[in-house]
Order: sequence, then C-alpha cells, then structure tokens
Amino acid sequence: MIYADNAATTKMSDAAVQTLTDLLKDTYGNPSSLYEFGQKAKEVLEQARRDVAEAIGAQPNEIIFTSGGSEADNQAILSAAKMGALKGKKHIISTAFEHHAVLHTLRKLEKEGYEVTYLDVHSNGLVTASQVADAIREDTCLVTIMYANNEIGTIQPIREIGEVCKAKNVTFHTDAVQAVGHIPVNVVDDNIDMLSASGHKFHGPKGVGFLYVKKGIKVFNLIEGGAQERNRRAGTENVPGIAAMATALKESVANLDSYKAKLTPIRDKIIKGIGEIPHSALNGDAVSRVPSNINYCFEGIEGESLLLLLDDKGIAASSGSACTSGSLDPSHVLLAIGRIHDVAHGSLRLSLGEDITDEDADYIIKSVREVVEYLRGFSPVWRDLVAGKKEFIL
Amino acid sequence: MALYSEKVMDHFRNPRNVGVLEDANGIGEVGNAKCGDIMKMYLKIEDDIVKDVKFETFGCGSAIASSSMATELIKGKPVSEARQLTNKAVAEALDGLPDYKMHCSVLAQEAIESALKDYESRQEKK
Repeated sequence: MIYADNAATTKMSDAAVQTLTDLLKDTYGNPSSLYEFGQKAKEVLEQARRDVAEAIGAQPNEIIFTSGGSEADNQAILSAAKMGALKGKKHIISTAFEHHAVLHTLRKLEKEGYEVTYLDVHSNGLVTASQVADAIREDTCLVTIMYANNEIGTIQPIREIGEVCKAKNVTFHTDAVQAVGHIPVNVVDDNIDMLSASGHKFHGPKGVGFLYVKKGIKVFNLIEGGAQERNRRAGTENVPGIAAMATALKESVANLDSYKAKLTPIRDKIIKGIGEIPHSALNGDAVSRVPSNINYCFEGIEGESLLLLLDDKGIAASSGSACTSGSLDPSHVLLAIGRIHDVAHGSLRLSLGEDITDEDADYIIKSVREVVEYLRGFSPVWRDLVAGKKEFIL
Repeated sequence: MALYSEKVMDHFRNPRNVGVLEDANGIGEVGNAKCGDIMKMYLKIEDDIVKDVKFETFGCGSAIASSSMATELIKGKPVSEARQLTNKAVAEALDGLPDYKMHCSVLAQEAIESALKDYESRQEKK
C-alpha cells in the first residue's frame, strides 16, 4: 500500500503518538487548576507553545492553539475584518484558489458588505507581490494569501507579499497549513502578521492547530467562555493533542533539509514519468512547489474512476473531480489556473510522504499509465478526440 | 463502509458489454464532459429484440457501473421491454447507489432511450 495523500492528512509520527498517549494517561489535569496536576499540564502546554513558536520564528505569546487550520483561518480573517470595519476599511485581498476555510469565510463577509478582490493566480498557480501592491486600496484591511496551495502545491512569494503589506500597513494573513513542517517558514523574515497551521498535516494529531498572531495585532474570540489562550480562545486546552502537535512539528522542522533532498528528486521523477502520458499536463509551477506534490490532468478520463482503480492497485491518491467532492463542479483550484471543466474532471493529486521509495515511484508511474490507458480505452470523449471530432485541449 | 456496494464495484472493475458495436443500428450519447459524465450506447436490434449492446463511458465509478448494468438488463430483451428500463431498476440491480450518484443511473436510462430513439428514426427513414 502506498499512501500518497499526505496533503489530505498524514500518519502521526511515532514520537507524536508517544507524547499523545503518555499525556492522555498521566497528564490529565486542567492547566487552569492551581494544584500540582493542573500545573504539570500547564507546564506541558507552555513548553509546547515555546516549541511551536520556535519552529516558525515567533514568540510563545504570539501562538493561539485552535482546533485546526479552519478555525485559525476563520479567527484571523474575521478578526481583521472586524478591526478593519472599526476604521471604515472593508476591502480584503485574496486569491481565487484559497482553501474553503478562507474562501467561505470571505464569502460570508461579502454578504455582510465587505468587498473582496480575488487575485488571478495565472496558469502556473502563482500570484505576484506586484499584483498585491496594485490591488491594495485606502480601505484595504486585510491581505490573505495561502503559503502553499493544498491541491497543486505551488509556493507563493510570501516574503515579497508580506513586504508589500508591511510597507502599506495592511494586515497580512497566510494559510500555511500545507507549508508549515514541509518548507522553511519564518514569520519574521516572511513579514507575516497572522499564520494558520494544522497539526495533522505534519504528522501530528487531528483536531489541533494554531494561529500565530504578531504582537500588536488584535484578534477576537470565535469561542466565548473561559480565559484560556490569553482570552482569545475559550475552552479547556487539548493538552495531549497540542503537545503531540509540537513534538511532530519540532521533528518535521528539524528534518526539512533531508525531507526536501529526499522527496524532490522522487517528485520530479514521477512528474516526468507521468508527463510522458500523451495529452496530460502538470498543474501548477514545476519549480515553486512543495517537495511532496504532483498534480496532473489527463484528457478524456474522469478522476474518480482513476482513483478507484489506483486504490485497487494499492495507491491512495486524490482528485479534483466533481465526483469525488459530491458537488457538480470540479476543483475551484484547477478552474482558477484556467483548466476548463472537461479536463479538470480528469485530475490526479499525489502527495508523497517521507517513506516513499524509488521503487514506489516506479510503481506509481506504471500504475497511473496503465489506468489512464485503460479508462481511455472505453471513453467516448477519448474516441472523439482521437478521431479528430473534437480538439485536444492538453 | 465502502463508498459503493460490491455489485457496483464488480461492474466498475469488470464492466460488461464494454466497447463499440460496429454494426449498431441505434446509437445514443448523453451527458457532457463539462459535468464529468458521458455515456454512449450502441444497440444492435433485430426482429424487435436487442440482440447486442455495447457501451462507452467517460465518468466516475458509478457511471461506468450503471452503464454496464443497464446493458445487462436489456441485452436479449424485446425492444418494448428495453424501453421500459428505469433508472431505479438500474440502481436496484446494483444494490443501490449513494444519493448523490443517482444521476448516474438516470444517465444510463437516458442513454438507452436515446439509442432506441435513434433506432426508431433510422427505421422510419427506411
């Protein structure tokens, strides 16, 4: 079995499982309690905060633990919007291919009278700092642009975008769920005001994430209640989960160089091998891309059947096809980079893990080729394309 | 709990009557690539009997399985019976489809209807 869907979620690392289970058993105190049991949990919590902060170049008091990336995105965006409105600024800049945790929050704000500019991400899946600079207005209260795209893996020029925002004094948030633990991220060097991350994307547990908020930036609670997280996120802290996330993050960040060195050549080998399939196209820039991501469109076939047959061959992957999402439209990310519906339905995302081998890569290439060829064999679309009744798009 | 029933997976993995009928006298194509599903049905009708049937499908697992099952349900049957085929019968024969995939069985019914219509219009021209 080859698990190639690490952008969906990752296997917890052994060390993270160890941290989690040890704490579940032994450190059950409430960090808000004054007795020893509680204070022990508090210590674990604050150590995790220091570790997480250090991993992204932040200060411990700039980290708010959340239930995951989606909550962090919601809190960051809604807070910046509320702060903006207080100053009469109700314009937000983002991109068309953000995660739904960002896009749906922005749509909610649009209904409340905010104006959102969605920047074009071009055919390579990259936005530029000058696009951001050109879009900033007097009434812009927030720029929110993802660090690395979850479907096509493209890495945005975050540092340059952050510089532009800093110069124009506009709050800059980045959804870094696919970046943290996978590529170097430093909130100071990258000029980031707010950053969202999620534990289970870097071998931590599910249901836990964090929001970095630069000192001086105001955020509001989404969840009202106790005074946890310095009054910014109520609810008894998930101490074992938070500490396990910190363990996983420390490990991932310590291994960033070897991760990149190992995965990049394997990724590129698969990109090349799959690219030899006729009428296929890589989605997203080939270079400015996380080391784990491969995303292709194949003409004349549909993604769900591709996934089911790959599953039969022991390969777990994902697709931006409408059929895999339960909606009628294919991936908004693929549409944003200009793929039309007909080919966006035939997409495949492979997101590799550290345990991938060269042999796995060969097997993946061989399997994808076989399955694509098989499905094209009885596709009426492919027949028409080959017969010249329709023009090839890819 | 798997996404699909074993029947669906069987028809998806081993589709029956897949391919092209060179001597078809009724051909129907429904769906569009924009929505991600296209089904093409080829019928060979003789003496008011569906002597042979083949299909080609661009689509998801349940679209392929629905086409395959639909061909099984009408093969060797009188045209009058083939005309009665409903999407519900296709879905039931597959031991059910997830709600959001029911349209695949509708497409299979429509593909057969379209092929029968083509057959009839060819007969009228004769």
